[in-house]
Amino acid sequence: MITVKNINKSFSGNQILHDISINFLRGKTNMIIGASGSGKSVLTKCIVGLHEIDSGLIEYDGRDFTHMNFKERKGIRAEIGMLFQGSALFDSLTVEENVRFPLEMHTDKSKEEILDRVNFCLQRVNLENVNHLHPSELSGGMKKRVGIARAIALKPKYLFCDEPNSGLDPQTSIVIDNLIQEITQEYDITTIVISHDMNSVMEAGDHISFIYQGRKWWEGDRHEILKTDNPELCDFVYASRIMQKFRKL
Amino acid sequence: MVSLGLGSLGLIAIISLFMGAVVTIQTVAAIDSPLIPLYTVGFATRQSFILELAPTVMCLILSGKIGSNIASEIGTMRISEQIDALEIMGVNSASYLIFPKIIAALFTIPMIIIYSMFLGILGGWIVGAYSNNLTIDEYLYGIRWNFNMFHITYAMIKTLFFAFIITSIPAYHGYFTRGGSLEIGVSSTKSVVYSSISILIINYILTQLLLI
Ligand SMILES: Nc1ncnc2c1ncn2[C@@H]1O[C@H](COP(=O)(O)OP(=O)(O)OP(=O)(O)O)[C@@H](O)[C@H]1O
Ligand SMILES: [Mg+2]
Repeated sequence: MITVKNINKSFSGNQILHDISINFLRGKTNMIIGASGSGKSVLTKCIVGLHEIDSGLIEYDGRDFTHMNFKERKGIRAEIGMLFQGSALFDSLTVEENVRFPLEMHTDKSKEEILDRVNFCLQRVNLENVNHLHPSELSGGMKKRVGIARAIALKPKYLFCDEPNSGLDPQTSIVIDNLIQEITQEYDITTIVISHDMNSVMEAGDHISFIYQGRKWWEGDRHEILKTDNPELCDFVYASRIMQKFRKL
Repeated sequence: MVSLGLGSLGLIAIISLFMGAVVTIQTVAAIDSPLIPLYTVGFATRQSFILELAPTVMCLILSGKIGSNIASEIGTMRISEQIDALEIMGVNSASYLIFPKIIAALFTIPMIIIYSMFLGILGGWIVGAYSNNLTIDEYLYGIRWNFNMFHITYAMIKTLFFAFIITSIPAYHGYFTRGGSLEIGVSSTKSVVYSSISILIINYILTQLLLI
């Protein structure tokens, strides 16, 4: 479980996050939803320590992350897998080397064991025979999937996915949603997924936090979200015509 | 290694040969008194190459080529979140990305500068061979005349400082790039400007300290 208590974050005087408190539950897919620019990516980067927060507290299963030094954080980071919004694959490395990278950093497995794990992870995201391509030779959706393979390579205890299915076709998108859900339940990990996509929210969201202009506006599960009468959340959820029709039913 | 100088060997060769040739011709043309022996031409070419043209001018050129390369490479890694990804994997991204570049430059750039010295002097020699105003023997005598080994040491000390500047300043600007692809261009321009100015200032200070 990851606990976030009253965190505030501003960039050169411009406050982005206002007093956010959320509990991200273990074994569940915790979704963060919200409009573009509402601060979702900044929130996750604060949680993993890529941005220092101005005030507040972040705990990983009771371990106070906020006041750790670099070395102690490194221990926690070995347990974190993260998919970035833009995939963030290493340009100069091939797909295989990208997925191998965290394994070589944090384990002393043999070459064969590492290769097995790499291939296993790539298979789980439906990628085969791309081991020797460079990121520049992949489509956007393929990059996303390699990013996921790299994030799960180390069997993380905490998995962060920033828009895992933006840029994917509906079918692959569902495959990825299911994959994230499976991994979460199978290994009983704490997963945080940022999404714009109401389909995947309904598909995979066990616990949903709605961020509005840098504040936590609403929190609940996927059944509650459909019955909500929070006006900003309704605008977000029922933005598409399909969802509007769905509401009338 | 390739991006850190070995890829610049061709460029450095062309520049050195031509500059050596031109310096030689200019010196020949400048000597109009019969009292000055012609071997001073070889001497002048050697001194200007060893003391200044090879270490300082070539490093200025390399700072443009290598510096912008490093700044844009690291800047791209910053804005495409690759540096964040390294951090998440528990890698100290600054030392992982920057340190090896500085170390590699401290080895390759001095070699390039020595190579440039040879080629510059060779450029003058070619002029000597084909010019009517100067004989090869005079030139060859000149380049050996009054040779001071310390000048090579001085040039190498300068080069080590410059090699550090050429890699560290662009790496710094690349690493702290914020924003998008536009800012990568800004970082890379800034890093070339700042490293060139730093080279000139350090050059002045070291010369003052070492040669006088
Ligand atoms: N490094 C930064 N420096 C300054 N401001 C930033 C920085 N990163 C993000 N911001 C600002 O924070 C706000 C929230 O950005 P964020 O990336 O979290 O949005 P988001 O909710 O992830 O949007 P999207 O769904 O489009 O990815 C934006 O207004 C952005 O300009
Ligand atoms: Mg985002």
